[in-house]
Amino acid sequence: MADTKYIGQNYTPPDLVAKVTGRARYAEDFRAEGMLFAKLLTSPMPHCRVRNIDASAALAMPGVKGILTADDLPDLGPNVERALTNEPFYAGEPILAVAAVDELTAAEAVEKINVDLEPLPFVVDPLDALRPGGPDARTTGNVWGAPMPGGVGPNAASPVKTIKWTGEQFADADEGRLPMGEPTEQWAYGDLDAGFGNAALVLDETMVVQSTGHHPMETRSAMAYWQNGKLYIHASTQSVAQTLPNVARWCGIMPQQVVLISEYTGGGFGSKGGGAVSTCIPAMLSKKLNGVPVMMRITREDENYIGRARTNMSGRTRIGFAKDGRITALDLFIVQDNGSYGPMGDHRSAGLAASIIYQPQAMRWRAISVLTNTPPRSQQRSPGPMQANGQRAKLTSAFIVEALDKGKQAFRWDERKAYSGQRRGAKVRGVGVAVGPHGSGSIGFDSLMTLRPDGKLYVQSGVGNLGTHSVMDLARVAAEVLAMPWEKVEVVWGDTGKGVPWSCLSVGSQTTHAMTRANFAGANDLKRKLQEIAAKDLGGSPDDYELSNERVHRKGAGGGLTYTQAAKRAIELGGKYDGHEVPEDINVMTKGAAAKHAGLGVMGVAKDNYPRNGTTYSFVIGFAEVEVDVETGKVTLIDYLGVGDVGTVINPRSLLAQIKGGSCLGIAHALQQKWVFDPKYGLMLSRRFHYSKPLTILDIPATMNADAVGLPDPETPVGARGVGEPPVGAGYGAVLNAIADAVGVDVFRRAPVTSDLVLMSLENKKRMHEPLRAHV
Amino acid sequence: MDQPDSPRSGVTRRAFIKGVIASGAVASSAAYLFRAGGEIFGQTSAPGSVERLITLNVNGQMRRVDVMKQETLAMTLRYKLGLTGTKIGCDRAECGACTVLIDDVPHYSCSVLTHTVRGRKVQTIEGLANGDQLHPVQQAIVDEQGFQCAFCMPGFTMAAVGFLKTNPNPTRQQLAHGISGNLCRCQDYDKILTAFMRGAEYMRRSS
Ligand code: FES
Ligand code: FES
Repeated sequence: MADTKYIGQNYTPPDLVAKVTGRARYAEDFRAEGMLFAKLLTSPMPHCRVRNIDASAALAMPGVKGILTADDLPDLGPNVERALTNEPFYAGEPILAVAAVDELTAAEAVEKINVDLEPLPFVVDPLDALRPGGPDARTTGNVWGAPMPGGVGPNAASPVKTIKWTGEQFADADEGRLPMGEPTEQWAYGDLDAGFGNAALVLDETMVVQSTGHHPMETRSAMAYWQNGKLYIHASTQSVAQTLPNVARWCGIMPQQVVLISEYTGGGFGSKGGGAVSTCIPAMLSKKLNGVPVMMRITREDENYIGRARTNMSGRTRIGFAKDGRITALDLFIVQDNGSYGPMGDHRSAGLAASIIYQPQAMRWRAISVLTNTPPRSQQRSPGPMQANGQRAKLTSAFIVEALDKGKQAFRWDERKAYSGQRRGAKVRGVGVAVGPHGSGSIGFDSLMTLRPDGKLYVQSGVGNLGTHSVMDLARVAAEVLAMPWEKVEVVWGDTGKGVPWSCLSVGSQTTHAMTRANFAGANDLKRKLQEIAAKDLGGSPDDYELSNERVHRKGAGGGLTYTQAAKRAIELGGKYDGHEVPEDINVMTKGAAAKHAGLGVMGVAKDNYPRNGTTYSFVIGFAEVEVDVETGKVTLIDYLGVGDVGTVINPRSLLAQIKGGSCLGIAHALQQKWVFDPKYGLMLSRRFHYSKPLTILDIPATMNADAVGLPDPETPVGARGVGEPPVGAGYGAVLNAIADAVGVDVFRRAPVTSDLVLMSLENKKRMHEPLRAHV
Repeated sequence: MDQPDSPRSGVTRRAFIKGVIASGAVASSAAYLFRAGGEIFGQTSAPGSVERLITLNVNGQMRRVDVMKQETLAMTLRYKLGLTGTKIGCDRAECGACTVLIDDVPHYSCSVLTHTVRGRKVQTIEGLANGDQLHPVQQAIVDEQGFQCAFCMPGFTMAAVGFLKTNPNPTRQQLAHGISGNLCRCQDYDKILTAFMRGAEYMRRSS
């Protein structure tokens, strides 16, 4: 879009004052008359079967109102995770919940419940599960097979299988190289043998990437009650429209029976994508107790178990380089630790990302996704591509070269490169650069807005408000198309009772792309209706009319109608003009929402049917300088810059916050955050912030920079793409490369690069004792 | 940041929990949980134990409130006084989301027993603005769009306001140190610092 007034400009999002005064209400901030509290009883073992539950003593306690077990929840089909279980697959998995008048009573009741558990074999390290005779995470197998053709739903598409590798295949493991037995999936393109044959240098390297929890600052608390057969649920979720059908499925009811309220969410990072399955616990407890409100606060420790984590992966790469540095062949093998549920697809995205970042002339990708008795994973901001850092995808656009050039200059790369690697006292500096790619835009969602006689434009927003501001940003597009003063735009969000259009999941850098397209369509639909109304009343054809100064008027300075007059006329005209008739192709949720708003003014309602040629990807280039203290092993981040190639920038301040914040998430993966398990008992040791510490304000440089090239994507009308994920891989990769630049890559081959790892290599001249061990 | 277990706060949570464990009354974890003030289910006061009905000075108002002896200030604020602006991120002194000012000093309210703040001045995020007039630090956050999901914002803001009372003209580095007891998971710490540096400037101008 040319000559924009709002797009590309900073503004104050309309929710900010509520946030800054403490009035913004997150899920745990709601109260209701007679509200009960729920507490969870979770599995103390990594894998077991519930033989018997004796809750009689608990239920006899004064103040205890009810108990919910897996038997009270609908069956969601084979292999699908439910909120409660009779066969826990990880220590910390919820078995039952108790509701009581207060939390202390509920907790005391939980203590009084006798659960008889039968221990089952378990495994926390994916390689142990693949060893000959190694334990399986489930009684039905140890790996997810490739998706079955025609499978239904993300969770039903893969079978659980058993695959063991041979002792000979494990021989490599003794030398710290990832063994490569039978994979479950693979693809290849080009002539790999020729590629390696022509290479001037061939490397064979193994890299281990550890897992860590998402840990949004707000845990997945929820409060629910029932009224007149309807479930009202206050939940912490990243998405609104897309969470509604999930809640309905988890509770075994129709989507029309659910009202979901989620106006503010304290972050998610992929862990609350379509909501959290645990939110059905207070809902089902409430149902059992005749609709009385039930609040379930999730503690930080609960969150650690049920709150999702990134998949950890071990990768082995054989890579051939031509003399000029061009990659002639890339042979990648990934062992993914899928955790206890899934199936996860990060290993696939990692392969795809490797092909995009490195552009090898020939490439083979092989992978196996192993089930372990560790908490469930979900996509964590930049799933897969971060760990990689497919088949050749045709991209809608990529301006990586422009971003690299821009960053190289701003970062004074050459100047820094000149002194990197030189030791001064105990300190060595290093610089690194990395490209973080991520698919960044879905298509085909709906838009809904009304221009009403009060002269205001009401834009219904069905995505979540998790801190990215895209929930508001998408309305800027409507304001732009309709020449509407921003003060007169009301964004309606966070409550399905108010009617929201079918919107994309607020995950995976999808929203800005998907919903700017949808709102461009919706706003243009509204614009067309305004032009038609004017032409009907004032003569001429709709094309003779344009919009400005809150009027639809003849081009130039001719006669016309004010928006208020046009809104009144739309209501008189009815039909499509005021939303009594809506397009056939919109989603049923949008139709329901439109029905709520029919007759209120001129309605803009449309599905995004704009064509798109290619796959949409965003990129962020990270530039980092680190200092390694070779005596203490400490790595300090000295400076960082992230430069985005994310299409047209909608909201610059938010974009830069996304780049800087996302980079920090990746940098923490490179430097400090990891899960640690006791492999003997299958229990997690890193249960809280304290043990797997996120970056603090002192771990980043006093200023941190970000920028974007701002070149529009030609395959979407607004030109914008998403940005949530790409900076994560950029930050992670840039910091790892910078450490390698300072002290050499042989020092780690594992992330995070903690002080002990650095010292072990530098002082002992050999890497850690068990270089392939996961979760240490 | 002042240590919640510092001697001047009287009954400390650690000492308190130890005592409770020794007496075998409740599990240690129970100290973190919400207990309603109801007659039937509440513990009856043993002779010599603390009074239940106390008066607190919160945001300049005297509030009568029924408080269990093991109750933390975060729970009293959120569940008894309706002040849900104070957030709980970890409930164990790891994140700072629950930071409030007690006699102008930032404290993790999840780790302060409510009984220990009797006679002291508690200020929460709700008490910063003067009617519709935002506090200069709040105004700075709005002007710089300082946070993302903002779940950490109330705690961060109280920590910053408290720090700026002791050092109204800090460098970026000093300010970072002053608020380093707070975590943000959205993690644009750079913008948070920029917002608070502006807040410091607004405060200097307004005083
Ligand atoms: S909630 Fe008090 S420090 Fe985290
Ligand atoms: S802004 Fe989300 S946790 Fe700080």
